[in-house]
Amino acid sequence: MEIKKGIAVSPGVSIGRCLILDSEDYRIPRRQIAPSQRMLEVQRARNAFADAVRELSGLEQAQEQLGGGRIKDIFAVHLRFLRDRSLRRQITDLIHEESVTAEYAVASVLRRFAARFTEVKDSYISERAADVYDIERRLLRHLLGDKREDLGRLREEVIVVARELSPTQTAGFNKAFVKGIASDAGGRTSHAAIVARSLGIPAVVALEDLTEIASGGDSVIIDGNRGLVIVNPDAETVAQYEAYSREFVALEHKLDTIREKPAETRDGVRITLLGNIEFPDEAEGVIEKGGEGIGLYRTEFLYLNRPTEPSEEEHYRAYAQTLHICQDRPVVIRTVDLGADKYTQSKRFAPEPNPFLGLRSIRFCLQNLAMFKAQLRAILRASVLGRVKVMFPLITNIQELMQAKMILHDVMEDLDEEGIAYDRRIDVGIMVETPSAALTASTLARDSDFFSIGTNDLTQYTLAVDRGNEQVSTLYSPADPAVLRLVRTVIQDAYKAQIDLSVCGEMASEPEYVMVLLGLGVRTLSLSAPLIPEVKQMIRCVTLEDCHVLTRKVLGMNSERQISNYLRNAARKVLPEAF
Amino acid sequence: MDHPVCQTTVQIKSHNGLHMRPAMQFVDLANRYSCDITIGTEKEHGDAKSIMHVIGLAATAGTRLDIRATGPDAEEAVEVLRAFMERQTFDEEPPKDED
Repeated sequence: MEIKKGIAVSPGVSIGRCLILDSEDYRIPRRQIAPSQRMLEVQRARNAFADAVRELSGLEQAQEQLGGGRIKDIFAVHLRFLRDRSLRRQITDLIHEESVTAEYAVASVLRRFAARFTEVKDSYISERAADVYDIERRLLRHLLGDKREDLGRLREEVIVVARELSPTQTAGFNKAFVKGIASDAGGRTSHAAIVARSLGIPAVVALEDLTEIASGGDSVIIDGNRGLVIVNPDAETVAQYEAYSREFVALEHKLDTIREKPAETRDGVRITLLGNIEFPDEAEGVIEKGGEGIGLYRTEFLYLNRPTEPSEEEHYRAYAQTLHICQDRPVVIRTVDLGADKYTQSKRFAPEPNPFLGLRSIRFCLQNLAMFKAQLRAILRASVLGRVKVMFPLITNIQELMQAKMILHDVMEDLDEEGIAYDRRIDVGIMVETPSAALTASTLARDSDFFSIGTNDLTQYTLAVDRGNEQVSTLYSPADPAVLRLVRTVIQDAYKAQIDLSVCGEMASEPEYVMVLLGLGVRTLSLSAPLIPEVKQMIRCVTLEDCHVLTRKVLGMNSERQISNYLRNAARKVLPEAF
Repeated sequence: MDHPVCQTTVQIKSHNGLHMRPAMQFVDLANRYSCDITIGTEKEHGDAKSIMHVIGLAATAGTRLDIRATGPDAEEAVEVLRAFMERQTFDEEPPKDED
């Protein structure tokens, strides 16, 4: 039994068999073998090397005939890697000494070399790490044959364990069978965390070396409440967790009973709770948990896990399905927020050196008008089916907003000419998620029907912290005084301009931030479905007066730690069972 | 061991350092000899016939490397490898694959 501590990012407890993925969807099989099998594994490793050498020699000769100098050089290097006797010896030694599978030995030895290359300051050398990974994949392919994991075809319940989950991988999950997620990298707002919360399954991230410790098929407990992962638990621990899991489910049921009750403070202030979704069918979960509409419909997922960009018709079908589920409830559709950690078909192979500051989101749309217009047309066409609002992400200045609105008007004119119906008075709003947008909110408010504060990006950009980097992720906190002051500015400017305002980042889904957000004047929160009941219960336990008192105190504090502790203690007093 | 250790210290002169192609050439040369050869710095000494090890040395211009060999043809090996390492510029043509 081994216990690993990480960051809890999605609540709940799951016990199950683990499925280990590496970045290329290869399942690294069980690590340990019987000592009697070692010779067999050594032979398998040798065969894989021989097959890979044969394959590469063929490729090299083909290139020779084509006269492809540079590519041929690369193959020449790779062939020398494969013939490196020291390398082969290290792999066979590892199989003998630790009784491990050939796959495991290949992966761990080559990754050790890759890591060493990466550390070298000379970028020419450090980039050779990519060649080492390429060799690793080639060898694994020969070892594993066609056993590449297709997550869409899962047929048994699993707990997915990965180094880091990409949006493309999670978009392909067969959700019915994934019972928990654990990853080596990541932080509270990493992609794995967001997906896990939206699916309502437990997740723990930032576990550092879990993929080294767990082997495929191991029994694993994921404790998404305490941030623990237990590999091969003993019988006693399993029994404890089964009991704990039952208690947790009981609490969930208790929260479900407040579904029909309004999200209202004790002194009668009504708060609107909306859901964040990525897929149309998640809208059902939002309504089931008591959500009053969709406050953030992320549309990137239409683009992921497929070879070509989605057509206008595919956009339309997804929106129509969502609106059909939501009926007369509002649905805020955010235009695509691609780039940074999520790529489009055309951009996937051209990585940027600094993607979060690069061509992403609305910037990407404004440079790819055909793609942008197809989406806007689909949104407008769907607008007659329900209460649709359109929202532009990552606005940093008024010009971007004006440009985006102009394109929307162009699309409206096209639809007019074609005689296609749409809602002429559709609300157009923006995500306020950059410091520049927050600081110029009073200007942006004049041309927006609503604001939605995206606290994840706002926190990341304000504090200059990569939320997925576990070495600095502790610096990432929406309770930082700098972030709170920006949030306050935006709320005040929205009030002055009399436009709607909501908060849709992770901050809106954590009970400990409910009081300060209410105190700052927020009346609409958008969060993932499984967390709606808990936040509603928190709202129903406080008075607006309490919230105002707390907010005044907090705004006078100068350190993140002081604010966080204060908020947590206050929330714990109100709703002890949530913590 | 019957054979004595042959040893020499070289300094990389080529301003590009020991990049991929020269590293390949060096390893190919080392593999022609039956003696055991190691190369490296104080901290990191390893198999001179291993491309992984030689690239991992990340030897830039001016880097001092120690070459040691033991075996029947050790003396010749050390001399040939020293001469190769001390070239003013490394040949940028890819080496012919001899296997």
